[in-house]
Amino acid sequence: MADDAIRCDACPVLCYIKPGRLGACDRYGNRDGQLVRVDPHVVLDRARSRGERVVPFLGREQDWDGNIVGSPGTFVTAIGAGTTYPDYKPAPFIISSQVEGVDMVTVVTEGIFSYCGVKVKIDTDRHLGPERNIVRAKGEAVGHVTTSEYGSQMLSLGGVRHLTGGSRREGTVTCDTLLKLCNGGAVELSVEDGATVVVQAGQPPIIDSVREERMRVGCGSATIGMFAKQWFGKVDEVVVVDDHITGVLSEHQAGKLLGVPETGIRIKGRRSTPGRYFQVAEPGTGWGGTNIDDPLSILQPFKTKIAWPRLRVLMVSTTGEHHAYYELDEKLKPVLKDLPPTLQESVARIKENCEPALCTVLFMGGAGGSLRAGVTENPVRLTNSVREALTRVTCGGAPVYIWPGGGITFMVDVKRMPENGFGYVPTPALVAPIEFTLKLADYAELGGYVDQVRPLESILPEQGQQHVQALPRNPWPLTKTPSTPS
Amino acid sequence: MREPAQIRLLPDGRRLYLHHGPIDVILEGFASTTDLGLAYRAATNRFVTILDELCGELTILRQPVQRDASAPTGVIARRMFAAVRPYANETFITPMAAVAGAVAEEILRAMTDAAPLRRAYVNDGGDIALHLAPGEHFVVGMIERPDRPSLFGSATVRSDHPVRGIATSGWCGRSFSLGIADAVTVLADRAAMADAAATIIANAVNLPDHPKVQRVPARDLVPDSDLGDLAVTVDVGELASAEVTEALDSGETMASELLSKGLIYAAALRLQGETRLVGVPLPERTFESHMATESLMHG
Repeated sequence: MADDAIRCDACPVLCYIKPGRLGACDRYGNRDGQLVRVDPHVVLDRARSRGERVVPFLGREQDWDGNIVGSPGTFVTAIGAGTTYPDYKPAPFIISSQVEGVDMVTVVTEGIFSYCGVKVKIDTDRHLGPERNIVRAKGEAVGHVTTSEYGSQMLSLGGVRHLTGGSRREGTVTCDTLLKLCNGGAVELSVEDGATVVVQAGQPPIIDSVREERMRVGCGSATIGMFAKQWFGKVDEVVVVDDHITGVLSEHQAGKLLGVPETGIRIKGRRSTPGRYFQVAEPGTGWGGTNIDDPLSILQPFKTKIAWPRLRVLMVSTTGEHHAYYELDEKLKPVLKDLPPTLQESVARIKENCEPALCTVLFMGGAGGSLRAGVTENPVRLTNSVREALTRVTCGGAPVYIWPGGGITFMVDVKRMPENGFGYVPTPALVAPIEFTLKLADYAELGGYVDQVRPLESILPEQGQQHVQALPRNPWPLTKTPSTPS
Repeated sequence: MREPAQIRLLPDGRRLYLHHGPIDVILEGFASTTDLGLAYRAATNRFVTILDELCGELTILRQPVQRDASAPTGVIARRMFAAVRPYANETFITPMAAVAGAVAEEILRAMTDAAPLRRAYVNDGGDIALHLAPGEHFVVGMIERPDRPSLFGSATVRSDHPVRGIATSGWCGRSFSLGIADAVTVLADRAAMADAAATIIANAVNLPDHPKVQRVPARDLVPDSDLGDLAVTVDVGELASAEVTEALDSGETMASELLSKGLIYAAALRLQGETRLVGVPLPERTFESHMATESLMHG
């Protein structure tokens, strides 16, 4: 029989299971030649160390070293819990566990979110497209370009208008795009009159087929301020090319303080304050988020009365990825030369100070009345309880940020959630796990389904579950004091 | 480390969960407490030997059926065999195509023999056998992909209609499919018949040799698959709407043929967000695309 397949002896079917696959039961699988049991309902284990994402079930394996049953080190997430929508029935799982002597209740459900989307932060100086322009996936409008943030461009994707307000296909593609992003997948987005960017949570963006490596340490002006001292005496002029604010050493306050003499340099663009220029070029994917490939294109001829032959000019982008070194000839024309070793270090330092460029994806959704009604007979009390920080909200065990104001609108970093925590319904809408944790007494107080509360011990042995390690940087969902996510 | 059959009442105190190897059954009856106790006990007693009975004849049950083939001996195996036989000469099919439905029927039979029940369902991984006393009905929800469970429609089955079996097949399901349907749900006389028919129709929802459809010989994935070297669908890319129409047309042709032969009463074919209904002679609300709130979810 096939090479590396193993025979499962858990039942008389005696399946041959290939590596990475499951047997006919979908419970036992061949993982690296080992027969392991895997089950669908995700339960977070508060493990001491990172390790395998899937652990053997119910201590069946000899090497399983911890007792999961009944310990507060286990937290049942809503992933795979099912949902009650659109019923006003109690949530599928209402679980109690003893935490530090207090009876805690976790209400576990999977919410269906029509009002939801993702906010994507793309670390790049490259111009992705004008603010407010439409972002498309597979040709359908799924969101728009919103503000530029420091070293990053923000996209807002999804939202109820794309999900249900447009054509059927627009809704389906939007839902699919959100689902992929939330579950850690890569999607290709194209910005109207802008770039095509491949976005994946926790990965560098790929903009017009170029993988972004670093995000800038500061704008052109700030870069001048940070590195002026290191350049002083080694070069006569430095221009840090930046789509936002291009900096010029000799004119900049930092250069003035060091006594850097005027060089007669003339920059195209609109001068803001001394040594700081707006709009030296059009936005683009070239130097420092501009559209230029030749840095000299932003210079006008040097002032003949001030500049001098052999004047040394360094031009560098805000991330240090682009740089060029020139010396003026007798006619005061810049001539490209090799970068002197003394300047290589400072260019390298700019690069070093630029952090790895990433895409980050925050899911944002609002828990509607019916979802809240799955927790309590009086939904507004749940909202109030969340407001008063008596109830902790988590999303697949990950901390969430609750937006102030009415309702329960929250944001969560999808990278802090267990893998594939999201689903969808053809409405279309996203299905996201959501857990509410509070003291049993508080739960009774707010009209909770106390008669439906089941002890953790009763859940663990009986339901199909998948145990995953809790991410070490997430606060444990069952600790006493709710804390805001970092 | 052979695992025995597991039987437990689910936390709602109403549904019985039976598990043994690849068989997962959720059943529920509606009757007096005494009668329900009798029925559940009968279901349990019948269930515990089923897997061994089937495995005893597994080799035969994994063979393609020929019309003149001799039947296996077990009661469930014979039911499987009978359910796939109508298709034997036209296409590749093994009795395994009806295993889940046949098991569901057998457990339901044990229950209804044991006690009078107003209604009952036995759901074996999405293949469902129904019992309805006069005047009773069930609402059945349909999902297209078990990995993304959500209802795309529902069907109401009433006692005055002969439907007592429901089954769903698709490439994303637990069994392999030769076609590309996300889900084909079939209503038929009996669960085993529905099971076999859903398999056949789901295989027919297809775009042969299409570059966006990835197929792999079944044996490469599961060495002892009854499908052998047949190429089973492992991924379906996004299809143009004309392609979805073409594939659904092909499935509809097959479903209509089964309908005219009296093998099924209705079928709902689902592919990439499009639904095609065939048959649908049932009372109002049948196969309506709305979010149902009740009872049986399967896929």
